Amino acid sequence: MKALVHVTLKPGVLDPQGKAIEHALSALSVEGVEEVRQGKFIEIELAGSDEAAAQRSVEEMCRKLLANTVIENYSVEIVS
Amino acid sequence: MKAAVIVFPGSNCDRDVQVALRQSMGREPLMVWHKQGEFEQVDLIVLPGGFSYGDYLRSGAMAAHSPAMKEVVKRAKAGTPVLGICNGFQVLTEAGLLPGALMRNAKLKFVCRDVDLRVESSQSLFTARYEQGQRIRIPVAHHDGCYYADAQTLETLEERGQIAFRYTDEAGEVNADGNPNGSLANIAGVFNETKTVLGMMPHPERLADPRLGGSDGRTLFDGLVEALT
Repeated sequence: MKALVHVTLKPGVLDPQGKAIEHALSALSVEGVEEVRQGKFIEIELAGSDEAAAQRSVEEMCRKLLANTVIENYSVEIVS
Repeated sequence: MKAAVIVFPGSNCDRDVQVALRQSMGREPLMVWHKQGEFEQVDLIVLPGGFSYGDYLRSGAMAAHSPAMKEVVKRAKAGTPVLGICNGFQVLTEAGLLPGALMRNAKLKFVCRDVDLRVESSQSLFTARYEQGQRIRIPVAHHDGCYYADAQTLETLEERGQIAFRYTDEAGEVNADGNPNGSLANIAGVFNETKTVLGMMPHPERLADPRLGGSDGRTLFDGLVEALT
């Protein structure tokens, strides 16, 4: 089993790195970019086969370490 | 008075703080390696600046869960004063001992220079030797110093007088020109609710000797020694 974790900045939290990427994209003359927000993607290999337990366990990892919930949201997807 | 400095892999201001503490206390602080979950009882714990654990994941995130920090959190909750400078401030927010978070500087650049600060509150162990509203000048050196808190947290900080220092311009005005990193409300340092924990981005230990160009930082350490001896 594998957990796919996305950590993203909460709406409204300033993201200067996302802004810089946005500007760089506009310099490439790529059309249609309205806004860029940058986050993190973390892949975790997991032992066991209980998907519900894995979901709970990875969410706990997010709350304790992987995300800072003052500024970030997280989402967890378990894939086999 | 006894003090301890927690040393993480990647700390780089631990010895500067050691020198500043020695100068003000007249004795050696205890240097505690991050793997030590137990250490002698002390009157003050300092978390120094640097790049603990290479700033991986988020600045301060890994250090916040080290064995030494688990003990620091326990002692801070029981009332032991804790000072976090720069990376130490980041560790304190990650450990939940201080509200808010420190994010990438708004202009994305590492800022390393002296800054002007206004002492917002002299009613604490850390700032008692300063005057309320006093202007001081000490250096910052960081990439992730942009203080952020949600609107409600900011309101609470203001109401309870938990803002210790604010960045100002050279004339002493709190404005965008004097803000080196985009921090909310120009916040450079905050206290916890009981004012026994202080986190600040500027480095008082780096200007604690006139031979280095100033001693505005020494006042903080002298004040701590006076309060805790």
